[in-house]
Amino acid sequence: MSGPNAAVGERLAQDYAAGFVTDIESETLPPGLNEATVRFISGKKSEPAWLLAWRLQALARWRKMTAPQWAHVTFPPIDFDAISYYSAPKQGPKSLDEVDPELLRTYEKLGIPLHERAALAGVETPQVAVDAVFDSVSVVTTFKEKLREAGVIFCPIAEAVRECPELVQKYLGSVVPQSDNFYAALNSATFSDGSFVYVPKHTRCPMELSTYFRINAANTGQFERTLIIADEGSYVSYLEGCTAPMRDENQLHAAVVELVALDDAEIKYSTVQNWYPGDEQGRGGIYNFVTKRGACLGARSKISWTQVETGSAITWKYPSVVLRGDGSVGEFHSVALTNNRQQADTGTKMLHIGRDTKSTIVSKGISAGRSQNAYRGRVLMNPGASGARNYTQCDSLLIGDECGAHTFPHIESRTPEAIVEHEASTSKVSDEHLFLCAQRGIDAEKAVSMIVNGFCKEVFRELPMEFAVEAGKLLEVSLEGAVG
Amino acid sequence: MLRIENLHANAGDEPILRGVNLVVRPGEVHALMGPNGSGKSTLANVIAGRPGYDVTAGSVSLDGVDLLALPPEERAQQGVFMAFQYPIEIPGVSNMEFLKAALDSRNAAQGRPELSAVQFLKLARAAAERLGLGPEFGKRGVNEGFSGGEKKRNEILQMLLLEPRLALLDETDSGLDIDSLGTVAAGVNAFAGEDNAIVLVTHYARLLEHIVPDHVHVLVAGRIARSGDKSFALEIEAKGYGWLTAPA
Ligand SMILES: Nc1ncnc2c1ncn2[C@@H]1O[C@H](COP(=O)(O)OP(=O)(O)OP(=O)(O)O)[C@@H](O)[C@H]1O
Ligand SMILES: [Mg+2]
Repeated sequence: MSGPNAAVGERLAQDYAAGFVTDIESETLPPGLNEATVRFISGKKSEPAWLLAWRLQALARWRKMTAPQWAHVTFPPIDFDAISYYSAPKQGPKSLDEVDPELLRTYEKLGIPLHERAALAGVETPQVAVDAVFDSVSVVTTFKEKLREAGVIFCPIAEAVRECPELVQKYLGSVVPQSDNFYAALNSATFSDGSFVYVPKHTRCPMELSTYFRINAANTGQFERTLIIADEGSYVSYLEGCTAPMRDENQLHAAVVELVALDDAEIKYSTVQNWYPGDEQGRGGIYNFVTKRGACLGARSKISWTQVETGSAITWKYPSVVLRGDGSVGEFHSVALTNNRQQADTGTKMLHIGRDTKSTIVSKGISAGRSQNAYRGRVLMNPGASGARNYTQCDSLLIGDECGAHTFPHIESRTPEAIVEHEASTSKVSDEHLFLCAQRGIDAEKAVSMIVNGFCKEVFRELPMEFAVEAGKLLEVSLEGAVG
Repeated sequence: MLRIENLHANAGDEPILRGVNLVVRPGEVHALMGPNGSGKSTLANVIAGRPGYDVTAGSVSLDGVDLLALPPEERAQQGVFMAFQYPIEIPGVSNMEFLKAALDSRNAAQGRPELSAVQFLKLARAAAERLGLGPEFGKRGVNEGFSGGEKKRNEILQMLLLEPRLALLDETDSGLDIDSLGTVAAGVNAFAGEDNAIVLVTHYARLLEHIVPDHVHVLVAGRIARSGDKSFALEIEAKGYGWLTAPA
């Protein structure tokens, strides 16, 4: 590379700390997708007949659909018969003590505590309950008892199907219907595990809940399903983290997340996505094709999505909110960073149906290396949404000369009584910035991380404290080698 | 302490510096004058290590250390400071954050202990106040939306905090109103001491009434055409540069 920005983006290297493989005995279904696959997964979980029928219906629908082409990403067609749809560690744990020590070590290495360590005397360490999903199954959920005392249900979704089938049957697919899109249909047919949360009326969930997703097995897709229901007047904050080993071939992660907030309920959903992004040449990495949507069903309910997306070879993801209840609030705060050959097409949809509904979108896209980063947003004001308001702010930061940033904001207002505001900016980390910093003694890596952190400040503020620090560090690591 | 010998440098493919010789001793103030495009900023940039310039011959050392062998951040850590002729903005990074990072880097490089947030704030606020930069200044992005004069004052603020060994001030007086000029000059005079040295690039003898130089040099076409004492600056102001030609 030459030219005025030669110092930027010269050396491209990646340091992906979560890229190791756990050597563990697994039961893995041979690749291929057909009715037998679906029956096998359903049978593994001893599911009731209604759920098997639901899955088979989804499979039938999926077969008639084609993969979406509109996103600003390119990749060779996926052979869905070359993927294994189920892989689980052989030794199925019942409680914490029975978890394979190799698994515990895996999560420890990733910095996820799977022990219910009591708060240190005198020191207030916030407790976080964790559901750990390893390939296709949840291996352990911590702090279950403590949560039960508050009436909060937090368990693998397979367990919820057994323990509270009415809730699952009522809400599963109610926010993201099977036929919503190609990957949602695929997930509906094949989902293996994921987390379920129910927070009862007027209850503030006593701790942060979190699910940690790990893809380990080769040639395996992860299709998890998360369902969170916040009953009237309740509050829950939920965190999601993800990593995968470094492998040369691409792996598919097609999750569905559904959130339901009833009257006056609030759900705060935060994601730090760090799937393996592939190497500098673009070999390997996760295809992260995820459908996330929340329904503000109740009046004055609130759903806020906060995401920090640094991993994956390709990200295709639009956490959205359907603002049905009058006076409900939807928020989307996003940092999406792409480096090397990564591609991200991410954004949100805010669908205003109820009166006086409000939504805020803050999107920060950072592109480095030869990556492509797109924001795609849709704001819809329905005819009944009088007094509705949306504010969208969409900022892009370019590091180097070979990357791209794109924004595709779609605004559709079907009522004159709604207000929509949109602001956008693009800035660039140039050699001039780096020289100014260097002249003051600050090296390039530190300078870029300072500039990037400054750029993301608004979004990091939305994350729970410990996560905000993690997110900052993660950006630093993901940008390693982005400047020479 | 600063020793420049036979320095030749290109900007792109164009030779700009054509044999600069200069010795600066501790405690000295040197003024560097010369027509537009004569290479004054280039000289400062080459000393500071800005990318885009190629040194084709000669040497630059500070306290015996070969500066040309060091990347720009290490030159800064060795005590080279340049106040930019055109300071740029770094949106989103607050002034305080930037100053702290700069100070931390210097302290780490020189084996000094890191300042606590409280110590730092005290220091930074006092310096900002001295330069007439209001309390809101610290929270604003580096030079973000600053007026020309505020940007220049911010450069001097950085110099005061970083206490460099060698300060290269590139037209820090340009674009300042008369009061700001007084403020900036007072800042520079407070900084000047026996342990450091200052090279002032300026077009105006007026500045030299506030900051009195020990030596005045005129750069013409990439060489020092003539040097003198303070009175030389007044002579230039009266006669212009036409009568000075680059030495053969
Ligand atoms: N990066 C660069 N690339 C190409 N040419 C350059 C570059 N930097 C400086 N020059 C050229 O070198 C010459 C000297 O420029 P320089 O900025 O050093 O002059 P100066 O003496 O500081 O002038 P002024 O008084 O106007 O600030 C000019 O002709 C300028 O166009
Ligand atoms: Mg100049």
